[in-house]
Amino acid sequence: MSWILIVEQSLNGLQFGLMLFLLAAGLTLVFGIMDMINLAHGSLYMLGAFLAATLVQATGSFAAGVLLAIPATAVLGMLLEMSVLRTLYARDHLSQVLATFALILIFNEGVRIIWGPDMPLSVPAALSGPVQLLPGMVYPAYRLLIIGVGAAVAGALYLLVGRTRIGMLVRAGASNREMALAMGVDIPRLFTLLFGVGAGLCAVAGALLGPLFAVQVGMGENILILAFVVIVIGGIGSIRGALVGSLLVGVVDTIGRAFLPILFGIFFQPRVASAAGPAIASVLVYLLMAVVLYIKPQGLFPARG
Amino acid sequence: MTRYLLALVWVAAAWLPLPAQAADKVKIGFISTLSGPSAALGVDIRDAFLLAVKMNGGKLGGLPAEVVVGDDQFKPDVGRQLAEKNIKLDKVNFLTGFVFSNIMLASVPVAFENKIIYVSPNAAPSPLAGKQCNPYFFAASWPNDAYHEAAGQYATTRGYHSVYMLAPNYQAGKDSLEGFKRFYKGTIAGEVYTQLGQLDYSAELAQLRAAKPEAVYIFLPGGMGVNFIKQFVAAGLSKDVQLITPGFSSDQDIIRAVGDSMLGIFDAAHWALDLDNAANKKFVAEFEKEYQRLPTVYASQGYDTALLIDSAVREVKGRIEDTEGLRKALKAAKFQSVRGAFRFNRNQYPIQNYYLRVVGKDSQGRLVNKTMGTIFKDRGDAYVQECPMK
Repeated sequence: MSWILIVEQSLNGLQFGLMLFLLAAGLTLVFGIMDMINLAHGSLYMLGAFLAATLVQATGSFAAGVLLAIPATAVLGMLLEMSVLRTLYARDHLSQVLATFALILIFNEGVRIIWGPDMPLSVPAALSGPVQLLPGMVYPAYRLLIIGVGAAVAGALYLLVGRTRIGMLVRAGASNREMALAMGVDIPRLFTLLFGVGAGLCAVAGALLGPLFAVQVGMGENILILAFVVIVIGGIGSIRGALVGSLLVGVVDTIGRAFLPILFGIFFQPRVASAAGPAIASVLVYLLMAVVLYIKPQGLFPARG
Repeated sequence: MTRYLLALVWVAAAWLPLPAQAADKVKIGFISTLSGPSAALGVDIRDAFLLAVKMNGGKLGGLPAEVVVGDDQFKPDVGRQLAEKNIKLDKVNFLTGFVFSNIMLASVPVAFENKIIYVSPNAAPSPLAGKQCNPYFFAASWPNDAYHEAAGQYATTRGYHSVYMLAPNYQAGKDSLEGFKRFYKGTIAGEVYTQLGQLDYSAELAQLRAAKPEAVYIFLPGGMGVNFIKQFVAAGLSKDVQLITPGFSSDQDIIRAVGDSMLGIFDAAHWALDLDNAANKKFVAEFEKEYQRLPTVYASQGYDTALLIDSAVREVKGRIEDTEGLRKALKAAKFQSVRGAFRFNRNQYPIQNYYLRVVGKDSQGRLVNKTMGTIFKDRGDAYVQECPMK
């Protein structure tokens, strides 16, 4: 186990964590401020990826396709909020779960009808190879791009929420919605806008991860579960919590998968190690969540004081 | 009272054994995975099966054919319900279609109990080849571990000193790596089991790089394989490490999703697009004309399944109630298979050739699998001696 391997695995964890953050940021704001459980968040991630794949094909340029897919998905998200989700705010969580689960099924079948079960989306040729970071250490160029974009978006979001007037309204809404309403904040418009931003972030994640994974129907469901784990760990409604939670989940998941089987190999017989290593690694993230909730039931950075 | 007597006579008459007569049509129950992420496999089998029926003028063995298609939704319980419906309500003469072993194993006992023959267009698990071999089960495809054994043999012949292996952490994943190890004689640089359905392989790829193997063998069906191959190439590993896969992991469905990164991957299969026989050339041309895509190994199996049933029904001259006669006729397999010559072993699993294929470009610049050579000639399976059937 060399230090190069450890650096490489840390980069992998960072990359995975930043992409999780893009999904978790939108989810935590919607959940924290609107008090709305939106299971269809993963569908927006899927829509973003399918739109990006279509637009990349149409424009012939990866950058242009992705940049166009982001506002397109944001607009779709806002339309969804105004037409369907708005009527669900007043209802209890169970109704919201049922309704947004139905939305998942509708989006999946809708995408299947329009696009088919999958779409090709490839890494742009210039970034498809590896780059040499240090002597003896190469890393896929495209994953470096993801780390760069993820970090930039996280920074921008932090400034938006922490330093601007809109961000102030968002924070006010998250910590006490009734009081913000009473102070004259135009909540319906803020919610629509917020939902659009969340959908746009989904599109960034979907379009960037599409070439690495696969642009296919149902791609949002798996990653949505991890995004929920992230916001529960980080504290619902908190952007800072979402960032810390994402990086924790990303690093713990990667390190667990990489080093746990080796660690087990030191202490146990090979047969036990090869069976128990992957099994424990796959639940490590949920163990982390359980430990965090035991120590801080509200998550690491609760938004409501 | 007479009414009841009459009814009784009718019921009794229905139970009397009838002399075997030529039926007026043949009914096939076709249950497969036609929705969800793995739908592409079932769809290919179904499309090729229906194509064979269509090319036959809507007939199988000279009888008009009716195919009842059902979607098991990748769920064993749904598969079982459909099998019961096919047998009890639709009264089918044959059952076929399943892609996945776990769904098929849950569903076929219904067919066995009712003495309905199941012709498998894909799944051929080891239990049904050995101790639990069944007179009503025919595998028109290949034994589940055959591709992995062939890949292992290739790695040995080619002289790879160290191979790294990767499979999902479930029964079929472990079985596949066992099959590979049965014929691979070099060093195993690593044996890694990942989560079933995993999409990101960055952590595993970093470990792989550190282990410095000469080749890597993966059993990652469907979308898992797509992702692994893409990420493997992006990490720059394809320059130093040769990727070897089972045939279905680098077939047309995967090639469509991954693209040029597939170039140069070696795999093992019992069929290839360019196999040089008349039946195969006709099949590939007609399939492409009908569906505007190239067939996969799954499609070839669906097509062969239809041809096998066709040959058996013709052989018994349409007397499909004669199950014993049908079994004999199926076992004789008198038809031109797209895989070339093959025959059934006594466990009703095929004895056939396995080929080495490589992904390259054809004359039109399309990515296809090209046959490089024969790995096994007339290979059966490792379980046949446990089968009590003669």
